[in-house]
Amino acid sequence: MCGVCGCSDHHFGEGAHTGHTHGAAELLHIEQDILAKNDRYAGENRRLLKRAGVFALNLVSSPGSGKTTLLVKTIEALKSTLPVAVLEGDQETSLDAERIGATGVPSLQINTGRGCHLDAHMVGHALESLPLKRQSILFVENVGNLVCPAGFDLGEAGKVAILSVTEGDDKPLKYPDAFAASRLMILSKIDLLPHVDFDVGRCIGHARAINPDIAVLQLSAKTGDGMEAWIDWLVNSASRASRGQLVEASACMS
Amino acid sequence: MHELTIASALVDQVCDHAARAGAERVTEIRVRMGALSGVARALYFCFPAAARGTACADAVLRIEEVPLTVMCTTCDAVKTPAARYNFRCPDCGRPTPKVLTGREMQLVAIELDKPRPQAGTRQINTEAMPGSPT
Repeated sequence: MCGVCGCSDHHFGEGAHTGHTHGAAELLHIEQDILAKNDRYAGENRRLLKRAGVFALNLVSSPGSGKTTLLVKTIEALKSTLPVAVLEGDQETSLDAERIGATGVPSLQINTGRGCHLDAHMVGHALESLPLKRQSILFVENVGNLVCPAGFDLGEAGKVAILSVTEGDDKPLKYPDAFAASRLMILSKIDLLPHVDFDVGRCIGHARAINPDIAVLQLSAKTGDGMEAWIDWLVNSASRASRGQLVEASACMS
Repeated sequence: MHELTIASALVDQVCDHAARAGAERVTEIRVRMGALSGVARALYFCFPAAARGTACADAVLRIEEVPLTVMCTTCDAVKTPAARYNFRCPDCGRPTPKVLTGREMQLVAIELDKPRPQAGTRQINTEAMPGSPT
């Protein structure tokens, strides 16, 4: 008798239930990451960016942390040193890309519609139409959201979390994923520190409890305070990455 | 919010596997979610919406939650932090950024309901079974 359905019409011996005329259950072992598709696209983006010699950073923050203002000031400061390109992610409008476009660097707006984050597939298509120069920096300004963008690899060299001092020093504890996934935390709008109850030391302590390796910079894009250290960090990180690529390339050649 | 993206990615992935295996219906989906993925419960909630109208519509979702464990290089031992995002050794207090388990977000297995073979295909089944009566 069939051990699965109890019928007697069974001619094919043990373990032959998949051929049964009643239809049958079959267990298929898969063991695959659920975001495998996104990670595959991210891998392709990373290879493309590496080949093109582009150092890409994925900027994550809540809406209104000053990402676009920081980018505009950063582009002005970097222009003579390194070529820059920008991908702007927002649910709607191309206002940010227009602000970046006014600085003269190539920029492209991705509208996610109802989506709350950029994914690697969207970025891959955007890269097709964005002119990329060798030894340049690409900033990907993610959708303003301190939760979802943390979970999606876009193929970047690293994530940077931007937290303005008006948001409160407890944010790393409340939204740990963004700070766990980032290599640098920027505390922005520090010119407003005298007016808000934001304890810089406590905030850094919270961020390092979540991510002991996270680097921290404090700046104000408005007054220019701390901008030099940020530009140095960018130039050093980009040149370290390109040296790494040269080492990899020569290892491939030999 | 992104749990719906994850649920949809899961449903797409399962439907691909089911179609390749020649099944029209998936009866069970087994996934493994780490404590740091943070979406296990939200996935139960979003899954029916993502599965509607697909081969997964009637599937039972089973989630195995994987606890967070870290490696403490000072104690040279595997530890369980006191809280989800407290990457410090609960015994010596040193930072323990090396996560061993807890980041998982994996599709483990699916159970498929294979369609009934038609009367004419029975011969094929018989041929496929070694040791079947001739």
